[in-house]
Amino acid sequence: MHGYANPARFLKIARWFTMPLLVGGLVVTAAALVWGWMSAPPDRLMGDSVKILFVHLPAAWLGMGGWTAIAIASLVELVWRHPLAAISARAVAVPGAVFAFLCLASGSIWGRPTWGTWWVWDGRLTSMLVLLFLYLGYIALTNALAREGSSSRIAAIFGLVGAINVPIINRSVVWWNSLHQPPSITMGNSAIDPVYLYPLLASVLGFSLLFGGVVLARMRAILADAQAEARLRRKAQKAELAQADVPGVEA
Amino acid sequence: MNATSSKGLKPKHQRLVLLSVALVALIGAGLLAAWALRNQASYFYLPSEIVAEAPAPDQGVRLGGMVEMGSIEEQANGTTIHFIVEDGTAKVPVSFTGIAPALFVEGSGVVAEGTMGPDGVFVADNLLAKHDENYMPKELAGMSQEQVRQQVEATLE
Repeated sequence: MHGYANPARFLKIARWFTMPLLVGGLVVTAAALVWGWMSAPPDRLMGDSVKILFVHLPAAWLGMGGWTAIAIASLVELVWRHPLAAISARAVAVPGAVFAFLCLASGSIWGRPTWGTWWVWDGRLTSMLVLLFLYLGYIALTNALAREGSSSRIAAIFGLVGAINVPIINRSVVWWNSLHQPPSITMGNSAIDPVYLYPLLASVLGFSLLFGGVVLARMRAILADAQAEARLRRKAQKAELAQADVPGVEA
Repeated sequence: MNATSSKGLKPKHQRLVLLSVALVALIGAGLLAAWALRNQASYFYLPSEIVAEAPAPDQGVRLGGMVEMGSIEEQANGTTIHFIVEDGTAKVPVSFTGIAPALFVEGSGVVAEGTMGPDGVFVADNLLAKHDENYMPKELAGMSQEQVRQQVEATLE
């Protein structure tokens, strides 16, 4: 684990993986969506709007998975002080927020024709909206900490505390009567017909690869940023020293 | 114990223990809060809950359940429908005037927003269709669970 604490070694591997993940993710996602949208028949009740599922469910899973990753990275940061943990948590936050938003937006568009409403304040929808707000708060906090060069420990605590929302989202449709339906896919069981399930799983795979690619690219960008900043600081220091030397010689 | 252990844990392990305790406390608090909310955070009442404890006549509530098979009756004025919402143990008759969502069908879930009338009929001013967790194409919809299973197995082979 700490072998990869060396950013140079990590960067070597990350550089190699970023492109294949991004390109592979794009190809698999596009193929899965075309497959789903072209081949899947209309649902018995929802008609063609069932095809929103191929975007909605991967977005929901990745939105929740993103915060789970932030929580794990935060734990690693606080306990083992791994230097890449904070950077990976920061890198996950933006794609996580995008997927949480995509989940809410696609769900809202789906809700209008099926339920008869854009939005209701039931347990599932409300807790998912809270997740999006947590992401936005986390991004703002980590950006502010990075700008000031402060320790990211407070962000790690935020990441851990916010994780309590993830099981609440997951269980909300079981604990409380909600307009949102209960889970269709549970451990080794699916209430989704195979004509929808296979394109759906392909789409989950594609979006996950994309997510991984974006996270690696963002981690590299954050590391490069830190490097550039350090170099600038060294240069400024040198220039200051040189300036201080000149009058020193004259005096 | 011996001298080394009396010096205490390594800082790394100390942090791990501290954080684990904090996390367990946090999850416990979260679960307790969710448990306490289990009635208040529900989006609707089931028919059995409405029957057991009728809401005040002017109190707006949501009633959720299944539309009983064969219970939808269109009234003479053409815009009002009567139907029965059930949850397996209790039934509540509902009257609604307006445009029902497309997914509002018999045997499917519904959430009705409105008030309980003095005659025991729930007067809804808004209907929301509730979808269940099953996704299947039209051709499979009329089949029984067993037929669907066979059909699915046949396609998979």
